[in-house]
Amino acid sequence: MKKEEQACIHCGENCGPVPIIWNQKPFCCQGCQTVYQLLNENQMTQYYSIADAPGIKLENDQIPSEDKYAFLELDEIRTRLLDFSDGGISKVRFFIPTIHCASCIWLLENLHTLHKGVIQSSVNFPKKEVSITFREEELNLRKLVELLASIHYVPEISQQTLEKAPKSKSSKTLLIKIGIAGFSFLNAMLYHFPQYLPGSEHLEANFRLVFGWLSFLLSLPVLFYCASDYFLSAYKSLRKKIISIDLPIALGLITLFLQSTLELITDQGIGYFDSLTGLVFFLLIGKWYQSITYEALTFERNYKSYFPVAVTKLTEAGNTTIPLDQLKAGDRILVRNQELIPADATLEKGNASIDYSFVTGESVPVGKNVGDFVFAGGRQMGSAIELLVQKEVEQSYLTQLWNQDYENTNNSAPMSSVINKVSQYFTATIITIALGAALYWNFNDSSKALFAFTSVLIIACPCALALTIPFTFGSTMRQFGRRGFYLKNADVIEQLYKIKTIVFDKTGTITHAQSSRIDFKGEQLTEEQLKLIRSLVFHSTHPLSKTISTTLEASGRYEVANFKELPSLGITGEVNNSKLNIGSKYFVTGDQSDSKELKTQVWVSINQHILGYFQFENSYRKGLQETIAQLSSNYELHLISGDNESERKNLLPLFKQEAHLNFNQSPTDKLNYINKLQQDGSPSLMIGDGLNDAGALNESKVGVVIADNIYNFTPACDAILQADKFASLHRFIRFARSSMSIVRQSFLISFLYNVVGISFAVQGNLSPIIAAILMPLSSVTVVAFATFSVNLKARKKLL
Amino acid sequence: MSVVFVLIIIGILVASVFLIAFIWAVRNGQFEDSYTPSVRILFDDPISTEENDDTSEQDNKHEKKSIKS
Repeated sequence: MKKEEQACIHCGENCGPVPIIWNQKPFCCQGCQTVYQLLNENQMTQYYSIADAPGIKLENDQIPSEDKYAFLELDEIRTRLLDFSDGGISKVRFFIPTIHCASCIWLLENLHTLHKGVIQSSVNFPKKEVSITFREEELNLRKLVELLASIHYVPEISQQTLEKAPKSKSSKTLLIKIGIAGFSFLNAMLYHFPQYLPGSEHLEANFRLVFGWLSFLLSLPVLFYCASDYFLSAYKSLRKKIISIDLPIALGLITLFLQSTLELITDQGIGYFDSLTGLVFFLLIGKWYQSITYEALTFERNYKSYFPVAVTKLTEAGNTTIPLDQLKAGDRILVRNQELIPADATLEKGNASIDYSFVTGESVPVGKNVGDFVFAGGRQMGSAIELLVQKEVEQSYLTQLWNQDYENTNNSAPMSSVINKVSQYFTATIITIALGAALYWNFNDSSKALFAFTSVLIIACPCALALTIPFTFGSTMRQFGRRGFYLKNADVIEQLYKIKTIVFDKTGTITHAQSSRIDFKGEQLTEEQLKLIRSLVFHSTHPLSKTISTTLEASGRYEVANFKELPSLGITGEVNNSKLNIGSKYFVTGDQSDSKELKTQVWVSINQHILGYFQFENSYRKGLQETIAQLSSNYELHLISGDNESERKNLLPLFKQEAHLNFNQSPTDKLNYINKLQQDGSPSLMIGDGLNDAGALNESKVGVVIADNIYNFTPACDAILQADKFASLHRFIRFARSSMSIVRQSFLISFLYNVVGISFAVQGNLSPIIAAILMPLSSVTVVAFATFSVNLKARKKLL
Repeated sequence: MSVVFVLIIIGILVASVFLIAFIWAVRNGQFEDSYTPSVRILFDDPISTEENDDTSEQDNKHEKKSIKS
């Protein structure tokens, strides 16, 4: 009897052979059904009609335990979390990474129908944030979070959420500046236009006067407000003895303004105010184009966004919840199932089975005995354990590693260096030409000397040059983002171009974090035995059991009696009158000898008869071979892994050089390895995924984090790569080179325009009309060329 | 020709109104989220709670009837 497999109404996942049926609708699990029922009772089934199967499935281990949110009742945490609270009405913002469709927006904005205590809620989709106004008498913060969790929109609340970064005002200021510059530019252009027409000399003098002074007034806010950043940064870099691109810009702007004002006062004309305002307007547009950010992604996470907000402290008087920053060495804490170990500690009581997958990328939990030392960052799987804190959170091994590099990396100069190198020569050349022209005219026609000098500075103002980088790199970032490679900022592209070495982490980076291949070694298993095994492992939440359960192909399941899960040993139970033991070698065979087996094994016995063991092999990401082959022709490849050497022989053919494969590396080793590579003069790209790579990621020129779900926690890095796009890695890196060559070609175009402009200027012939045509034209050409060729190349090369 | 001066003044005033409106909109946060409003506007009217109560009662009646029959 084979039933057609149905898709869950809630989350769209395959329901398997035995769906849960409620109201004649199939569900894949109890969780999905509960949410549906809740929405159905509240007449909110419209949720399911906006997008197809919009719901979020929570795995068993993701469902928050009963007092997970008890800490939200602490006044100290509550006040830090709330945006605003007055007279019982409070406002709070949550980051909910699972927001993904229109249905989510609809449901979250109709929270008030689910609970009367919610007054209003609104979603910011790009930021994946919901802000909720609610009455505290009817619904306290804890209940609100539990309400969100009950519909499977679990908000992310971490230490970092508490330290809310002040809302970034810079994007608003930039928009206002663009608005003002645009306003002044368009109006000034209108006033200047009559002067460019034939016969303008017959215009009444009054008009010229009014138009001129109006443009003068319009240019004031542009120069002093909109362009202020350019003056500031030119001044700052000059003090550091760097000639940045902002210096010739600032010089050009000042000369433009002075020259125009001079002409206005002496009644020679009305100057170049239109060019001045236009220039600033274009420059600001370039800045805005480059500043796209992925609002829901964070590249600057530190350990605080990973650690919990509060912990349960055990005292003589009983359990109390305390905020994490009050945790001291010597405290006894309780860590429940699925909770994180916040500080280095020793195990006091209970069976610890700790999942360090966030730290090392390895998904198989590590067993610990009473008295053992446990590092912070792991997640307890199984029953609750008691720990004695040895070091404060800030002093823990991982956090220390993290903090250390933060200080190191902050002082590196981030600004694009190619443009600064060019601008050094550029500025020197321009000033020489300007002085040369002035000298020449000083001897021949001294009335033209000053004018020729200023003209050169004006026309050479490197607007087009300054726009090249923002538009080329901005377009490149957009192309990358569309294909699942998210950069922190545009400077990363230039760094990508410079790298010579690529260093890979193994577990979770070139292998899949979750799925692995399994082989059975031992007796040939019968169909019946497979079915027995599958029935038993189905009941366990241990990652290895899950892998076995999903990989084994056996139809149907038996009922299991006397199921028992023994932490860090194995599982046992009676299935169809046979007694099964599945677990570690010691648990199943009783063999105490500590064999130096490198690979993970799960032993199986049925009715005391040992059948053999499952061996877990790493399964490599799709396209690994091709990617490595492609990259190895241009880059030196290294591998640093925290794991043992079991995979060495598989990886050697890929990486070729024995010395480049490094196993058993601690996080500090990784950091030092990168450090050494870079000191030997080869800038490195590090690709990793876990906290143990955090140091190395920070140290490397470009740190790339690979993530299955990009909105989940990732260590601080320069770029995030979606895991399924791993096979395109070499294309992205190669494309960074294409971007750089586009930048060079654009530089050439803008130099050509400059040559034309300067040839007018040195002759003392630069009229406002030439400036008004040449300056915007050069900018537009460069912008169009840069954006167009990036998009064209991306279509060809990035598929 | 002096009417041109008047027109210029009017022109710049009108333009200023738009500039001020733009600055107000930016400050007000209208440019922070350029996606959600486009979705929000397509939703049907919000569900009013009274209606819900009515319909659920009706549903109950239906159910009772169906059980009897």
